[in-house]
Amino acid sequence: MDMDIRIPIGLLFIILGIILTFFGLFTLNDTELYARALGRNINLWTGILMIIFGLPMLLVPLMSRRKKL
Amino acid sequence: MVENFTLGGIDYVIMAIYFIFVLGIGWALKKYMKSSTQFLEGGKNIPSWITGLAFISANLGALEVFGMGASGAKYGLMTAHFYLIGAIPAMIFLALFMMPFYYGSKARSVPEYLKLRFDEKTRGFNAFSFAIMTIFASGISMFALARLMEVMLHWNFNYSIIASAVIVLVYTYLGGLKSAIYNEVLQFFLIVIGFLPLVIIGLQDVGGWDGLTMKLNEVAVQKGYAAGTWTSTWKYMGSAATNPMGVDWIAMFTGLGFVLAFGYWCTNFLVVQRAMAANSMAGARRTPLIGALPKMFLPILVIVPGMIAMALMSSPDKGLVLIGNNGQTDYNMIIPTMLVHYYPTGLLGLGITALMASFMSGMAGNVTAFNTVFTYDIYQSYIRPGKSDDHYLKVGQFATIFGVAVSIAAAYVAANFNNIMDFLQLIFAFVNAPLFATFMLGMFWKKTTGNAAFWGLLSGTAAAALHYSLTIAEGKGGWLGQLTEYPSGMAQSFYTAMYAWTVCFVITVVLTFLTKQLKTDDDLRGLVYSLTPKTYDEPGVVWYEKPVVMAVIIGAISITLTIIFW
Repeated sequence: MDMDIRIPIGLLFIILGIILTFFGLFTLNDTELYARALGRNINLWTGILMIIFGLPMLLVPLMSRRKKL
Repeated sequence: MVENFTLGGIDYVIMAIYFIFVLGIGWALKKYMKSSTQFLEGGKNIPSWITGLAFISANLGALEVFGMGASGAKYGLMTAHFYLIGAIPAMIFLALFMMPFYYGSKARSVPEYLKLRFDEKTRGFNAFSFAIMTIFASGISMFALARLMEVMLHWNFNYSIIASAVIVLVYTYLGGLKSAIYNEVLQFFLIVIGFLPLVIIGLQDVGGWDGLTMKLNEVAVQKGYAAGTWTSTWKYMGSAATNPMGVDWIAMFTGLGFVLAFGYWCTNFLVVQRAMAANSMAGARRTPLIGALPKMFLPILVIVPGMIAMALMSSPDKGLVLIGNNGQTDYNMIIPTMLVHYYPTGLLGLGITALMASFMSGMAGNVTAFNTVFTYDIYQSYIRPGKSDDHYLKVGQFATIFGVAVSIAAAYVAANFNNIMDFLQLIFAFVNAPLFATFMLGMFWKKTTGNAAFWGLLSGTAAAALHYSLTIAEGKGGWLGQLTEYPSGMAQSFYTAMYAWTVCFVITVVLTFLTKQLKTDDDLRGLVYSLTPKTYDEPGVVWYEKPVVMAVIIGAISITLTIIFW
């Protein structure tokens, strides 16, 4: 295989997830910002969801690669 | 009209990171692009879960995001027929019955299969009509994206066209089909995560599924239909008058379920090409089945937002406005408008990135299908046969640039039509519907002759044009007269497809009896069902990886979904 696409997908989701999570944490008390989203901090929730998806996407191929070496 | 909002720096950072990854994938694959097979066919070594996701992602472009969102609002849950009676059975059929001939025949494209099975002129006809169709489809995606960026973000239309063209060109030029396929997988996940929060927040806003049903019942009654019309699939299809689509169950079953869906999913090289890039025959057959699993649940992402929008518009206090530039309700803009309505800065960047990803995957899919058909079926067949592989690799790369350049022109042509989505749907009815009759006869009836196939295909396409010219729906068609008026553009395209298919089928059968078969049984081995030994499964495949088992599971899930939402 030339490239394991799971690695870039995992990386992208983790990077974007971290950005959204931190942005969500910085804006915890910003009710004006989240008024349009029914008052829910969806930056934080989506960020966490992206990290949860990205981690196995990245780690599974990395670990199986290490086993082979 | 889109609500006022501002994009923050974080939104631009998210978009920029996405583009770095997309271009990076193309750049990382560049060093493998040493032969035309690598560049145009993806090297035939891609695992089936990747080709499976690319299979549905290449199709998850402007047409699906705009069209399904709009139909979800206009017709309700009935739109899910495009998935449950449309795409899913067709994908199962492709996997079980047609893939062995595509993958096993050593053809590199759908037109090339037609040449092996029938003759040169049938291939030529399909190659040219397909090339034109892909250019238009890619141009329309580009146009839709640029228009969207203009309306939403006030970006310059011309710059958006150039920017999206350059990005798609760079990653398809560098990494060929493989780069397009890998990016389609990345884009698929991004589209899911970008749209999912919209559905969740939107559903909460209307009071959950029950609240949505209640509001849509009011909408249905208001429009003169039975309550529940918007939230059921088959219940109100007894006659065309009882549902907003204006289609009865027979037309749904034959027009969409049989002709249009099978025509699209089984003969369109854009999607078939993804399956042909798989690493083995079994992988190629698994591709549509793996794609079918997430495909069944896509209505949640693209149709439900349309239904939510319809419910919200009936309660003005929710403040969702869908007024287009001309003062009429613009249903195509539902998903983008709702992204802006609900998403705060941050997530909005992700949502817009998902939209861009969706449009770009549609563009890249068409460009990579175009360059293959152009190189193998037009250039190598009619312009310069018998050159070295290196020569065809260069032609393939040139065709990529050429394809993108012509798409830009097509984008500006599309800008002159007021309803581009209907236009594209119509092209499918013209090109794919008759082609499916040709394929059915060609693959399952060895007597079918080349001359019969060619003239059948030609008259099927002509029948589609004639039917469209003689009927009218929503003010469209009827250039030559108005024999009937259909209640919706959708009904019109279903019937156009049915006439095209039937005429192609009948003419091909009749001419087969009148013309001579020029191919011997030996020529047709591996191309026709009755002449091909049935040993598809590699030994040692786990039971759940067997195509038949997967097909049964998928069929059971989609029947269950149909019953739940009857």
